Amino acid sequence: MTPPPLVVIAATLVVLLGLATMLTWVERRLLGLWQDRYGPNRVGPGGLFQAVADGIKILFKQDWIPPFADRPVFVLAPAIGMMTVLLAFGVIPVTALWSIAGDLNVGLLFVFATMGLGVYSVVLAGWASNSKYALLGGMRAAAQMISYEVFMGLSTLGVVMTTGSFSLRDIVQAQAGLWFVIPQCLGFVVFLMAGIAETHRLPFDLPEGENELGAGFHTEYSGMKFGMFFLSEYAGIVLVSALVTTLYLGGWQGPVLPPALWFAAKTGALVCLFILLRAALPRPRYDQLMALGWKILLPLSLLNIVATGAVLLLRAPG
Amino acid sequence: MTANLPFLLSALVAVWATFMVVTRAVAIHALLYLVVALLALACVFDVLGAPFAAILEVIVYAGAIMVLFVFVVMMLNLGRPDSLRENTWIAPRIWIGPGLLAALLLAALADALVMAAPGGGRIAVIDTRQVGLALYGPYVLMVELASFLLLAGLVSAFRIGRHIRDEDAP
Repeated sequence: MTPPPLVVIAATLVVLLGLATMLTWVERRLLGLWQDRYGPNRVGPGGLFQAVADGIKILFKQDWIPPFADRPVFVLAPAIGMMTVLLAFGVIPVTALWSIAGDLNVGLLFVFATMGLGVYSVVLAGWASNSKYALLGGMRAAAQMISYEVFMGLSTLGVVMTTGSFSLRDIVQAQAGLWFVIPQCLGFVVFLMAGIAETHRLPFDLPEGENELGAGFHTEYSGMKFGMFFLSEYAGIVLVSALVTTLYLGGWQGPVLPPALWFAAKTGALVCLFILLRAALPRPRYDQLMALGWKILLPLSLLNIVATGAVLLLRAPG
Repeated sequence: MTANLPFLLSALVAVWATFMVVTRAVAIHALLYLVVALLALACVFDVLGAPFAAILEVIVYAGAIMVLFVFVVMMLNLGRPDSLRENTWIAPRIWIGPGLLAALLLAALADALVMAAPGGGRIAVIDTRQVGLALYGPYVLMVELASFLLLAGLVSAFRIGRHIRDEDAP
């Protein structure tokens, strides 16, 4: 039975925003665990209500727009960030029946389109703030996100070639026998790294590198506008994890447990991996980041396409 | 009529946004309106039954090329004084010629719209597979030519962007 679309949309929104809020607490607790300290553990059982307390605090903070900023663009930037991330979730198939846009035949491309538009949020925030640090952060973000979008798109081509479709549901169904993470391991690694760069998370968080740029592109933001950048970053982590699950880890497929639970478990494990990377890895220099992309990830993803094409041709009947 | 509503709405947004692009004084605001116009055009493509073209419009034009435009304008950091200075450049002597030519094009477009047979309603959806087959079938020469062009661009970008060593410097 297919649930009515409005119910799916409302449920997705509530779950996503709740999840993004709770992730702030999960991340701090896990970082604490891995760095041998406690993390926030005072508010509620195990510090569970820390996210609520933070939310209340951030809502009551003064929402200050600097007089030197470009007002309309300054206000627009965080909204674009939130909107594009939420839009992308529209085509993610949680189960065979549970996805908002249904079976969009350009599903994967739609996700890339929304991610491409997400760059504006960071770039415009950097420009509209009209301050040096924010501008530098915005420029770094533009170069980094545009470059890594290229490898991200190229790395998924192997999956698309094997499936013969851009529809995310078809891609999951094509993994019934074997998850794509095995035959497409190269594409998987490239996609994961590009995903981290695309959400500008540590270790690739140079647009906001706090040891050199203050807070980067959101230096001038305060109150709930800052909160929106924060939440859209966490929603972005969930999005990339859900995408990796869909493209490489078999989506909702798995034995015994119900499909939605499998999807949630795989996505959750990847989110924890994201946080572990933050705890474990130092930040590279900006030129190292770009060199890694263009000199290593680009050839690797091209190699992956050629190899996949060759295998498909050899296997083709006749 | 109701079936045409999404088309009419997105077409209206496209026209309005394009008008705003031309009339904005701040470069970034004009670029943002251009992005809106491109997104509206993507909606038009989708309504006309070309989802692949619509998505490419968003990915390539709105998502990549316009970001580079914004990037360049950001680096130039134009301000109020620059806008004022530019105002003095736009004399009637300068815009009257292009204006006349544009009016001619508009007349031709209006003529084409009026003369066009009122068909519509029969929209065939062209999916990604069909686009791919057409590109690598009858249009493969065009794809090759486009790749030549891109390669030339790549080579020149590489030449301009490389580090100049001491012995190469004049």
